[in-house]
Amino acid sequence: MTPETMTPPQEPMVRPLVSTDYRTLSYVTGPLIFVENVEDVAYDEMVAIRMPDGGHRSGQVLEVSGTTAVIQVFEGTQGIDIDATEVRFLEDVARIDVSPDLLGRVMNGTGAPIDGGAPIIPERRLQVTGAPINPYAREKPADFIETGISAIDGLNTLVRGQKLPIFSGSGLPANQLAAQIIRQARVKSGEEFAVVFGAMGITHREAAYFMNQFESTGALERVVFFLNLADDPTVERLLTPKAALTVAEYLAFEKDMQVLVVLSDMTNYCEALREVSTAREEVPGRRGYPGYMYTDLSMIYERAGRIKGRKGSVTQLPILTMPDDDITHPIPDLTGYITEGQIVLSRQLHRRAVYPPIDVLPCLSRLMNLGIGEGKTRDDHRAVANQLYAAYAQGRDLRKLVAIVGEEALSDNDRAYLRFADEFEKRIVGQGEEGRTIEETLAISWELMAGLPMAELKRVREFIGAYHPSAEQESGDL
Amino acid sequence: MIAGTISKITGPVAVASGMIGSKMYDIVRVGHEGLMGEIIRLEGDRSTVQVYEDTSGLKVGDPVESTEGPLLVELGPGLLSSIYDGVQRPLPVIAAQSGDYIQRGTVASALDRERLWDFTPVATVGQEVVGGDVIGTTPEGQTILHKVMVPPNVKGRLKKVAPAGQYTVDTTVATLEDGTEIKMSQWWPVRQGRPYTRKLDPTHPFTTGMRILDTFFPIALGGNAIIPGGFGTGKTVTQQSLAKWADVDIIVYVGCGERGNEMTEVLVEFPELEDPRTGAPLMDRTVLVANTSNMPVAAREASIYVGATLAEFYRDMGYNVAMMADSTSRWGEALREVSGRLEEMPGEEGYPAYLATRLAAFYERSGRVQALGADEDRVGSVTMVGAVSPAGGDMSEPMTQNSLRVSGAFWALDTSLAQRRHFPAISWTKSYTLFLGQVRTWYEENVAGDWHELRDQAMSILQKETELQEIVQLVGPDALPESEKIVLEVARMLREDFLQQFAFDEVDAYCPPKKQYLILKAILSFHEAAVSALNRGVSLRQILEMPFKDEIGTMKTTPHEEAMEAIPVFCTKVAEGIAGIEVY
Repeated sequence: MTPETMTPPQEPMVRPLVSTDYRTLSYVTGPLIFVENVEDVAYDEMVAIRMPDGGHRSGQVLEVSGTTAVIQVFEGTQGIDIDATEVRFLEDVARIDVSPDLLGRVMNGTGAPIDGGAPIIPERRLQVTGAPINPYAREKPADFIETGISAIDGLNTLVRGQKLPIFSGSGLPANQLAAQIIRQARVKSGEEFAVVFGAMGITHREAAYFMNQFESTGALERVVFFLNLADDPTVERLLTPKAALTVAEYLAFEKDMQVLVVLSDMTNYCEALREVSTAREEVPGRRGYPGYMYTDLSMIYERAGRIKGRKGSVTQLPILTMPDDDITHPIPDLTGYITEGQIVLSRQLHRRAVYPPIDVLPCLSRLMNLGIGEGKTRDDHRAVANQLYAAYAQGRDLRKLVAIVGEEALSDNDRAYLRFADEFEKRIVGQGEEGRTIEETLAISWELMAGLPMAELKRVREFIGAYHPSAEQESGDL
Repeated sequence: MIAGTISKITGPVAVASGMIGSKMYDIVRVGHEGLMGEIIRLEGDRSTVQVYEDTSGLKVGDPVESTEGPLLVELGPGLLSSIYDGVQRPLPVIAAQSGDYIQRGTVASALDRERLWDFTPVATVGQEVVGGDVIGTTPEGQTILHKVMVPPNVKGRLKKVAPAGQYTVDTTVATLEDGTEIKMSQWWPVRQGRPYTRKLDPTHPFTTGMRILDTFFPIALGGNAIIPGGFGTGKTVTQQSLAKWADVDIIVYVGCGERGNEMTEVLVEFPELEDPRTGAPLMDRTVLVANTSNMPVAAREASIYVGATLAEFYRDMGYNVAMMADSTSRWGEALREVSGRLEEMPGEEGYPAYLATRLAAFYERSGRVQALGADEDRVGSVTMVGAVSPAGGDMSEPMTQNSLRVSGAFWALDTSLAQRRHFPAISWTKSYTLFLGQVRTWYEENVAGDWHELRDQAMSILQKETELQEIVQLVGPDALPESEKIVLEVARMLREDFLQQFAFDEVDAYCPPKKQYLILKAILSFHEAAVSALNRGVSLRQILEMPFKDEIGTMKTTPHEEAMEAIPVFCTKVAEGIAGIEVY
């Protein structure tokens, strides 16, 4: 693997001996500035801005039209004036310094360290907008990533190279779950594993919670933490996931690590996208979000994957908040169309103090079959997941019936299913803060299934002899 | 030469000035890297260009050069088993040139220029030929005989025909008296449908091996259907099953703005899978066009036209071709994105007002035709199946509604079925087909005379179940009389033992029409016998205690030949067994 293959080759950089600073701002609106009479400006080019008070900001060219350039300012436009502000075009696209030393560090949304540690000595300087992976060069996702969460590992397994979002609602403990996954996640084969965490628009309180969690459990040393706070400039948020993914790709495809990227909260990212789009007076698509939001999101999510001939992998676990718990809102909707499944949190479960409140019925991991089975998890994994799904769905249906006709009207069989659904929520889903190995998850699953009549266990029939807790006594009457 | 300079860049759209003489939809080369683009608006000397590649780094003042021709695809031997991006560049060649990531400005020839093909002439010197006539043939893969045809719009008397031998795609295999050279490959503009002699009525069914489609909602060869469904309902799995098992000669699979990992799955799986009819690898009869969601949006817009043109080319040879487009919504979104950048007046939900026109023009490229040429027995077809991804699963959105107006069948995927893990999650209450009348005769002649009656009977049982379910939810199942409980019981068998199908099971993945009919027959025989037994006064419990239900459940996974022999015997056994139950 040569470094050249990582990023597109750049045009030879011919820097003029004298660089021009423009003082020709004509219009400032929201996060955008318009600069007039510019020459030789490239689309997507980075920009350095010198404020009237001597401070520095950075920006990126969004549009060039004749001699006018539209620039989005990463740190916000407060304090920018038409008169004295100077703009310099840097003749380069957005880049980030990468190095293995990034592990354990905390950066802001644009990749500058904010943990007070030593400056990062870059091994490479990579372009943040990654080029699309050639579908022909992709390797099929495979192998298991253990998150330690039963509802995910057992029923909606995360596979290396997959992108599996968590759909949350406001007030639901998505961040707590994220922290728990970051703490517990591991690959079973013992290869090098790292987490890149891109936090976008989270509050100080949430940021403090994450820092606390990582520091107290020692997880920080394998985490690269990008932190864009809610009061940080909006446009910086647009760069955060791209910066995080660039680091992830570097660690995965150049340093052979298995990388899990957690992005939270994608809703804030999309809001930032809409803010910039509105400021540019673009034709809005659904609910005011720009028409290119699908393309934009796909350029983030599609960076998950594996590449033929390289050992590492990039797996994504983006977290987003469904506004008003509406799964048809453009953000979860477009996300769902790009990602390979989804994990959905439920307010009902949360109210009943089930943690993590994962509602497994609308959840799906499309690639689950590639990551489970003999040699990866265990031979009965698929069958157990199917049986749990079927039984839990039946139990849930029966609950509705009970609400109308009362529990007395049910058969013994039906009551067993009702009990199963309750137990399932309590023991499999509601595991609390403990981490579980996949073997533990499967063991608990079998204990639960043992509560159902043997004849009902149609989908795990061939494994009953090997795993059913009371297999010895009862295997005779099958 | 028409050449100008860039005066504006925004996203995938650039405006070039000084382009006098440009025509709409001409291809241009943009910037120093020669990025490929297409003119989509003319205004004085300015041309608006949608660029098929990433536009980062383009500058105002960079050169733009017109090729003075529309977007063309190259048609010739070697298309099959290829994988192309949205503008017909082979992805393996791009990977060899620029590594694991797709770089800009890559130029790659669609067909292998070096490869030799065994050419056998069919036409003779002195023969009068018209567009579409076959000059010669060459085997392409193990099963397809590729026909080298006179391009449409060319005619004359043959002066020279190459003898049998090995040639590359660039070889001239025939010359007309007026000097026109006919090569092994030809070019065709993608946005223009290839001509044919006449359209024929589609009468032959497009069999897919999926029970719900073939038996309940069949379409004809040359027809078209849309599969709308929210995410996770199985659009892609259904499309891939169709690509694997549909009874056609050629598959063109367009992955339009979808997941990279999915395309990889197709790429890994298809070469390993066998064509159920010929035993050759499925890849031998497949062309893949892959433009994943993060690849440039303008190329996504072009990709479905590239797919349609490839399909038409094989149709012209007299083959039955199926084109899968997954997903047409992404194409619609590409249209919307470019339209937005052009600052056009938006229609519904930001889609351009011409969405309906474009969709109609696209779907009308399907059809069963008598191919161009002097020989009149060459009949081919293009069947189109387009996946639609309605925003928020809401079928009232413009893409679904506009597609519905031009497509002949609606295979609606249902989120609640998918959540209950009922696959394929195609709703039997919402779906419909307009081809039933056209394919009915074929089914009655080739499957069974009472095919249509059984289908209607099964549909009405399922319909009845939907009504009864509403009552059950209010009062519980025990309140129903036994005559209605049996409907629920049979409907459940229909759902679980007939409609549900395991795409990943070796046997069940493909179910031949005859077997479909027999399973249906078995379930309905049970129903008939049960109803008459109930009328005699037998209790439902007695009927359900008979061992027949389990046996019906295993039919779909029993090897086809074995099942087809066993089921008629089983039907008699059911009738006798239930008739023999004593009333007490």
